[in-house]
Parts: sequence; C-alpha cells; structure tokens
Amino acid sequence: MTTLKTETFNLNMGPHHPSTHGVFQLKLTLDGETIVDVEPVVGYLHRNHEKIGEKNNWIQNTPFTDRLDYISPMNNEFAYVLAVEKLAGIEPPERAKYIRIIMVELNRIVNHLIAVGFLLNELGCFFTPMFYCLRWREMVVDLFEMTCGSRMMPNYFWIGGVSADLPEGFLPECKQLVSAFPGFLDELERLVTENEILQMRCKNVGVLPPEVATAFGCTGPLLRGSGVPYDVRRAEPYSIYDRFDFDIPVGTVGDVYDRYLVRIAEARQSVKIVEQALKDLPGGETATPKKKRFRPPEGDIYHRTEAPKGELGFYLVSDGSENPYRYRIRVPSFVNLQALPHMCRGHKIADVVVVIGSIDITMGEVDR
Amino acid sequence: MTDRETFDRLAARFPAFELEFVEGTDPAVLVKGENLLELAQHMRDEEKYDFCSSVTAVDYPDRVELVYHLYSMTNEGGPAILKVHCNKEDPIAPSVVSIWTGANWHEREVWDLMGVRFDGHPDLRRILLWEGYEGHPLRKDFPGSEDEYIFS
Repeated sequence: MTTLKTETFNLNMGPHHPSTHGVFQLKLTLDGETIVDVEPVVGYLHRNHEKIGEKNNWIQNTPFTDRLDYISPMNNEFAYVLAVEKLAGIEPPERAKYIRIIMVELNRIVNHLIAVGFLLNELGCFFTPMFYCLRWREMVVDLFEMTCGSRMMPNYFWIGGVSADLPEGFLPECKQLVSAFPGFLDELERLVTENEILQMRCKNVGVLPPEVATAFGCTGPLLRGSGVPYDVRRAEPYSIYDRFDFDIPVGTVGDVYDRYLVRIAEARQSVKIVEQALKDLPGGETATPKKKRFRPPEGDIYHRTEAPKGELGFYLVSDGSENPYRYRIRVPSFVNLQALPHMCRGHKIADVVVVIGSIDITMGEVDR
Repeated sequence: MTDRETFDRLAARFPAFELEFVEGTDPAVLVKGENLLELAQHMRDEEKYDFCSSVTAVDYPDRVELVYHLYSMTNEGGPAILKVHCNKEDPIAPSVVSIWTGANWHEREVWDLMGVRFDGHPDLRRILLWEGYEGHPLRKDFPGSEDEYIFS
C-alpha cells in the first residue's frame, strides 16, 4: 500500500477577525483541520502606554490607566493608586477604602459577565446570552455613571481616596441590584450550564495542567480553573480584603468548561463582598487633602492586585520628581496568552476560538 | 520586599556570588549577571519560588537594571526580588526561560523596548513593535524623549 504524502499548511487568522477579541493575529500551522502549532502575534494595539506614562505626572496617570483594560477600568485605577500610596506612605480614609472595594467588585462582576457572554458568542450562540449579560451590565454602569459621570472610563480614584462621595440614590439602587443578582445568575445557569452543546464543545477542550499553568505564570480564572487555589487577595491581602469573608472557587480539570464555572462562581463571591461592604460602610470623608504638586519619595515599588483577568501589578520607580521615572505594568492577559499554543495543539480550528474566549484577553491590556 | 532572612540564607549558601542587599521600600537581592542562572535555579527548586511574576528593565544614567519579581504559589509566599546590573552600551543577561517558561514574553518585551539581549532565549525577537523597527523606545536617549510638556 502506498503512503500518502501530506504536508502541513499555514493559515493566518488575521488581526481583523470577529473572534479574536481585538486586533490579534494567529499564525496557525495545520494538518488538515487539526492544529499542529499556533503562534500568537501581538502588538497591533501598542499605544506606547509606558513611555507616555513617564511624561505624565503621577496624578495624570490615574485616568490614563483606565485605557488599559477597558472592560474593568476601576481595577486598573485601583492597582495604580494603591501602588503610589504604598510608595508615598499615604493612607486613604476608611470610607474611601470601602467605596473602592464596592466599585472594584462591581467591576469584577461586569468583567466576568462579559467574558461569559463572549464565550457563548464564540460558540455560535450569537448574542442572545450576551444580551442577558449586557442587560445586567447596564445596571452596574448606571451606578458608575451616577457616581462619577462616566460609564466606561470612570476617572474616579484619587491618590489618597476617591474623587466624589456616593450620591443620594446610590445605596438603595446598589442594594437592590445586589439582592437581585444571584437570581439572575441562577437564570443564566439554568439556560446555559447544563446545555448539551456547551458541554460537548467546552469539556476537555483547552486543558491546561496546573504545573504548566504555574510555569507559564498564569493567574486568575485560568489558573484557578486548573485547580491551583492562588488568589492575590488571599495570598498577599491588600487594602481591606482581609475583613471580608469570601471563597476562592477552583476547578478540577482545567478545561474551558471549568473556567466558565469558575467565573460564574467568582461573580457570586463578588456579590457577597459587595453586600458585606455595603453593610459595613462607615461615614467620614472620602479623600485626604489633595496636593497640587505630588512628589513621592525616591524608590521603587511593585504592587500587585487581583484584577478579574489575573494578577495586575504596577512597578513604579520614582526619582523624587513629579513624573514617574519608570512606569511598568505587569498585565495578566499578556502573560496568560503565552499558554495559548500549549492549550490548542491537537484541537481543531473551531476550538482555538473557544480557548481564546476562555482565557479572556483584552488587547488594550496586552499591547498597552 | 525580600526579607533579610531570605537574603542571609542566600548569601550563606552562595558566598562566592557576592550578593548585595538593596535597601528601600522594596528591598532586593543584587546578583551579578553570570551568577543569575544558578541563583534562579536555586530559588525555584530549593526556596520554592515557582512563579515568576514579571521581568522588567529600568534605564538609569549609568546602567540598565533588570528586575525579577518572584513569588511562590506552593506556600503563597514572596516576593523575592532579584536585580541585575548591565552596562548601557551592550546590555546582555542570561535568559531564565529554561527555569520559568513564563519569562519568555517578558524577556522579548524587554529586548523590544529596552534593548537588553538575553543569552539562551529560544526566540528573541520584537513582540510589541514590528520587525524592522529601529531603536528601543523606552530608553531615555531615544529621539523624542526630550520633549517637555509644560503644565501649569
């Protein structure tokens, strides 16, 4: 019997593609329809964030960080402001600390809803579950707009507190949202979690073993889906997270389905944190007095937080002047994306799209 | 910060490396480039720092400084911060990709934006900027860095 001579061929999933979550290129090496290798090419959205950060002064960088991960901007501002406060030794007032936690956890819920919605988009269920999620995101961004005037680029945090106190209608609306939210998650789960198509396309797809995830430096739901219970809020508690009672959901197999379940469970835990923060919210001022020229002492600092996508850290070097000497952002999506080739080998092209959806990347972050 | 205990342990284990303790808000361990790989291997295997959170570089007037932030997922410990000084004309350092696979893209980014070459990196090419770009933008002497903006 003669053997058939076959060759692999290269396919380009170009930067403009509806399923790549932004401008992101994949060079696929295929054997028929099976993936032999994947090479991600990033840099199409590089906006020179770190160099511009050095020209801005310390206060101007706070709204600039909104543009990194534009799905969860409160988390970016939080991470930056905490790093600067640690460097300068500033302690915000108690009320500001609780308000920050409320905003950050609400943003975590928004991020996970969008991640789940887009995952279902990629599976072909075009936009119906996404609209369920977006309907609830609207309620959260309405709260943001009420507080700081903007839905997506809040520019809300200050070095030393928050820029404005919660307005009149915020607390009742937030309490109502938080009490209705678990019911919505139950509704979404009833529709989606036991769905046969979701299970067939997501179970055992894109498996990432825990040792590989640790070696790559993956963090966030990607790591926790593989079974490693590592969360920066527990490992190195920052701000007032040690006062709240919440669980860290962990997966078992490390496939796309586990990451989806971990995100839904984390959204439930975030609701728990917001409830506790609303209950314990103290009175008082919301910011330390603001200086016109802010000059932190010389030195360098690395401060990390648990953003919805993983570990977000800021490495700041100060030379005592008004501008940062070095402004470096350790971004979770950039590091998590390195695990993509490992997760895709041996699967089909359609699975690549699903795996990217499950890593949950935002190109604004990856490329800065 | 790297605590004093960790530093003392490392200095006792590797007296020939002449490790220095860098003081500051975030104390660090200063190690020479040629000893980095052995120290990194020890950090991962004996001290259990299995998570390399970030590899970055800073362009100072007299040197280019590489900063490694290491954490431990096994015992939720850390950080341990390693610093390496390279000279400015031709900065080169050994690559730690063989020890922490996740340092791959971090090192590519440092090469791309700062111009530090990593010996032993499997695929050292530009990652954020396009192939054929000249220069390393995050350097302080990159043309255009001297523009001053006046804010009142």
